[in-house]
Amino acid sequence: MKEKSLSFRIVDVLLLAGFILPFVFGIALYILLEPASEGIEIAGAKIYFTLHMPLQDLPITESQVNSWIVIAALFFLCLFLTHGLSAKHPTHRQHAAEWIVEQTENLVLGNMGEYFSGFAPFVAAIMGLSAFSSLLTLIGLYPPTSDLNVVAGWALLVFILITYYKMKCGPVHYLKSFGDPVPFLAPLNVISEFATPVSMAFRHYGNVLSGSVISVLVAVGLQGVTHMILGRLPGFLGQFPFLQIGIPAILSIYFDIFSGCLQAFIFAMLTMLYISTGFPEDDYKEKLKKKKSKQN
Amino acid sequence: MMELAIGIILGCCALGAGMAMIAGIGPGIGEGNAVASACEAIGRQPECKGSVTTTMLMGCAVAETTGLYALVIAILLIFLAPGRFVNILMDTMLSLK
Repeated sequence: MKEKSLSFRIVDVLLLAGFILPFVFGIALYILLEPASEGIEIAGAKIYFTLHMPLQDLPITESQVNSWIVIAALFFLCLFLTHGLSAKHPTHRQHAAEWIVEQTENLVLGNMGEYFSGFAPFVAAIMGLSAFSSLLTLIGLYPPTSDLNVVAGWALLVFILITYYKMKCGPVHYLKSFGDPVPFLAPLNVISEFATPVSMAFRHYGNVLSGSVISVLVAVGLQGVTHMILGRLPGFLGQFPFLQIGIPAILSIYFDIFSGCLQAFIFAMLTMLYISTGFPEDDYKEKLKKKKSKQN
Repeated sequence: MMELAIGIILGCCALGAGMAMIAGIGPGIGEGNAVASACEAIGRQPECKGSVTTTMLMGCAVAETTGLYALVIAILLIFLAPGRFVNILMDTMLSLK
């Protein structure tokens, strides 16, 4: 094993700092700009500041800032994992990076087929962004995925991709696909076409939001129970939140960690399935063959 | 009179939210069926546990959608609708005067 040089280590530390500092920045912004709230409350994303635009004011909300934080942190994490790659002496982090790349490529190949093998970076990006956004609750920040606007933006992106791949055989073929079993069912097909992004957005947002709402309700309920039991005791003992220690953390394991990662996986899986099933592969191959024979 | 009207609005929003969540029954039964079948499949063929689990999770997520629609409606009814309805009531009262 070759000894690492000093400059290599300095760059390493800088990249790790680039991964951690965005989160620190987010917490600092949260503390500075947030008025201290009393007790536990359920609230949507707060507006940090407003940019004045000619047509309409542009509010910069908590969810926007937090998703930028996640993007910056993921960028530096990827740089850190791929720093100092070598074919002869692979390090631990290189094994981790290779494992991630291999897993996503296998997933994409297994679910989408050979034609879409270039989709692996996109799928991995969606999965990482979604998972890290949901996991932001662990450090006390507002998760961007519990804002419908953020998730609806991703779903819209996926919808555009689906429509693009459905249009690969030309707009006429695309319009024909609506009257697929019988032309009489075309209105229902149009509705189901638009229900795809709506259901994707609502699924992700509803799962994350319901988790945080239930956690807050349980915390408030435990507060009430503690007050009922210990309220008569004098001084510090009466205020001691003995039921609120530990019990909300058990819920958090399910709602924040398991559900957040599962929803990221499901969003990516549905993206892959919708895109690959929407693409008329056989017709496209025939079209390519016809084109080739015409050219010859 | 005004207090009574606002009280009716708040109470009906809460009732509506509770009734919307009756839709939670459907996904519960559906997901239970899916997981039961997945368990049977794994019991019969333990070697394909991975793919069965993945497919089951996907199916559960899709089956959950109707319940989540109801959840979104209930959340809107609790957090957004009361303020809106009270505002509409106030506006109509002002315009009537």
